[in-house]
Amino acid sequence: MKKIFYFLWAVAFILGSIGVAERLMYGHTLAAYGSRVVWGLWVAMYIYFIGLSAGAFLLSSLVYVFRIKMFEKVGKLALITALITLICALLSIWFDLGHMWRAYEVITRPHLPSSMMAWMIWLYSAYFILLSIETIYAFRIDSGRYEGKVLKSYQKKLRLLASFGIPLAIAFHGGVGALFGVVSSNPVWHSALTPIYFLVGAIASGSALFTMVFAFFWSNKKGEYFRQVLNTLAKIVLVSVLFDLLLEWSELSIALWMGSPADTHGYSEMLFGQYWYVFWIFHLLLGVAIPVWILLTQRNNKAIGWASFLVVFTFIGVRLNIVIPGLVTEKIHGEALAYINPRLSFHYFPSTMEWLVGLFIVTLGIGMFYLLNRYLKLTEDKEPLNS
Amino acid sequence: MQIINHKTYTMDNENKNTRRDFLSKFSTALVAGAVLSPVISKASQLVTEKDGVVEIKNFEGNLEEMLGGDYENIKLRMQEDVRRALKKPAKDRKWGMAIDLRKCVGCNACTVACISENALPPGVVYRPVIKEEIGTYPNVAKRNLPKPCMQCENPPCTEVCPVGATFKREDGIVVIDYEACIGCRYCLTACPYEHRTFDFGDNYSTGLPAIVEYDERPSFEYDKEWPRKEGESPVGNARKCTFCTTRLDQGLLPQCVSTCIGGANYFGDLNDPDSVIAKVVAKLNVFRLKEELGTNPKVFYIS
Repeated sequence: MKKIFYFLWAVAFILGSIGVAERLMYGHTLAAYGSRVVWGLWVAMYIYFIGLSAGAFLLSSLVYVFRIKMFEKVGKLALITALITLICALLSIWFDLGHMWRAYEVITRPHLPSSMMAWMIWLYSAYFILLSIETIYAFRIDSGRYEGKVLKSYQKKLRLLASFGIPLAIAFHGGVGALFGVVSSNPVWHSALTPIYFLVGAIASGSALFTMVFAFFWSNKKGEYFRQVLNTLAKIVLVSVLFDLLLEWSELSIALWMGSPADTHGYSEMLFGQYWYVFWIFHLLLGVAIPVWILLTQRNNKAIGWASFLVVFTFIGVRLNIVIPGLVTEKIHGEALAYINPRLSFHYFPSTMEWLVGLFIVTLGIGMFYLLNRYLKLTEDKEPLNS
Repeated sequence: MQIINHKTYTMDNENKNTRRDFLSKFSTALVAGAVLSPVISKASQLVTEKDGVVEIKNFEGNLEEMLGGDYENIKLRMQEDVRRALKKPAKDRKWGMAIDLRKCVGCNACTVACISENALPPGVVYRPVIKEEIGTYPNVAKRNLPKPCMQCENPPCTEVCPVGATFKREDGIVVIDYEACIGCRYCLTACPYEHRTFDFGDNYSTGLPAIVEYDERPSFEYDKEWPRKEGESPVGNARKCTFCTTRLDQGLLPQCVSTCIGGANYFGDLNDPDSVIAKVVAKLNVFRLKEELGTNPKVFYIS
C-alpha cells in the first residue's frame, strides 16, 4: 500500500514539475485564462488553500487560546496543517503573477489603504510570521527541554500569539473575501456576504481537512480519545458545512430572485451553463449531500474520514464557482464579438499546464505533510508535555 | 483578428425583390454621398430622395458654423489645440475625446492603427469597436461603438492596484508603470468598462516555424522603447489605452483620431474653451458610458 502511494506521489510530482518548468520557461503563454476570465484555477486554488489554512488555524486556537483539554494532543498537528496549506496557497498565487520576481513589491510599496489586495498581502504576511513563531514555541514547549521560568514565558508567549492569531486569521481570510467583495463592477462578487461566506467556507473546509487527517493518520485508533475527538470534529464539520450551505442559499436566492440579466448571468452560467455539474454533482451531491448523510448516520472512523475527504476535495469546486462565474459576463454588451481572440473569450477551462502546476502544489503539500509528520510525530498518541 | 456582426441576415424568396429595390436605391445614394461627404453611416437620415432629386445633408456644415474661426481641416485644428494645451502646466490640462457615433462606419481603422502604433500583440487591444445590428429587415440600424479607455476622473482600476503601479496623471490620463506592475490582473476585474487587457506574451507567429519581423517590434509607450521579450515588460503586464501619451507629448493627436477615415473623433483639452473638443462636448448631444457609476469618463459619445 505504501509502495503504491510512493509511486503515485512520485509520478504526480514529476508531472507537476513538468508543469512548473513550462510555467517558468513559457510564462503565461500556455495558460487558458485571458483578459476576460482573468483569474483561473490557480486563484481558485489560492483561496481554497488559504481557507484550509485559516480553518485549521482556528481549530488550533481551541488548544492554545481556549485551552480545551480534549484537543491538546492535536494542537501541533493543526498548526502544521495550517502552515503547509498556507505555503501551498502562496505558491498558487505566486505562479499566477505576471511578474513572479516582482512579488516583493507588495511589501516594499503597498498601495494602502485603498487596495484590498495590499491589505490581504500584509495581513497574511503577518499571519505567516505569527504562525511560524507560534509553531516554533509549540514545539519548544513540548520538547521537554525547557522548564521553570523559561517554560512559563514560552507558554505565555504562545498563548498571546495564538490570541492575536484569531482576529488575524479572521481578518486575513475575510480580507481575501473582501478582495472579491469590493469589486463593485462585478455583481457576482460584490456582496457584503462574500467575506463571511469565505470565512465559513474556511472553517468548513479547514476542519474537514483536519478531521480527514486525524481519521486516517492518527496512530492509535483504538482508544477512547480517538473516538471522542473524531466525533467532536465530525460535528464541527457537519455544522459548518450546513451553515455554509445556508449562506450559499442566501447568496444565490437573493441574487437570482428577479435579478436583472446582467446581474444574474454569472450565477445562471454556474447553475445551468456548460459546467453545471461542478455545482450540482461535484459540490452539492459529493461535497454536501453525501458527506452530510454520512456524518449524520455513520459513526465509524473510516466513514467520517471519507466524508471529510469528500468535503475537502470538492471544496475546490466551491472556490472555482466563486472565481469563474464572476468573470463570464460581458460588462458591455457586444464585447465578446468586438475582437475575436482566445484571450478575449468569456469561456474558460484550465489548460494542461495549469492542471500540472496545480498537481505540483498539491503533491508538494502532501510531501511536506508526510515528511513533517514522520519526523515531528504529529499524529502520535502521546500526552503533550507542557502545553 | 476577425470582426463579426451581432446578427447576420438570410435572404428568402419572399423579400428578394423588395430587398433588391432597396439595395439599388441605397447604393446609388451611398456612392453619391461618398463623393461629397467623408463618411455616411446612417444613410437613411442624411440622404433623401424627392422627385428624383437626391439631397445630401452634410453634418460637417453645422460643425463649421458651430466651431467658428478658420475651419479648414478639423484634424489640423485639433492638433493646434493639443499644441496650445501643451504650453500649459500639466495639471491645467484635461484631455478628452468625443466619438461621433453617427459618423463611425465600423471600419476598425482605429483598432488597427492603435495596434500598429503601440505594437500590440494578439489579444491585447486598446480600441475595439463593438458592433450591433438592431431591428429586423427592412428596419435595421447598425450601431458601432469604439471603446478606448474612458480615462475616468474617478477610475476604479487604479484604486485596487496592490503596488500603486497604475495611476491617474496630472493631465487626467490613466497610465501603468510597466516596471512596477506585478501582473496580478486585479485592475482588469475592477474596470467597469472591461477596457484593460493583459499581455500574455503571445505573438502572431506563435506556432509558426519562424518568428515574423513585426512580432519583434518594440512598443514606444510612455516615451520609452520596450523591446518585446518573454518575461520582460510589457509582457506579463496589464495594458491599456493611454490616449497615445508618447504622441501627445510631441504635439500629435492620438493615432485613432488621426486615422479615423470619417473624422468621427474629436480630441483635445476639455479645459480650453476654444478647443474643438470643449465646443463639441458642450454643444452636441453627448452621453457617456455607464454615467450612473460616477466614474466620470472623459470619453464622450455623440449620438
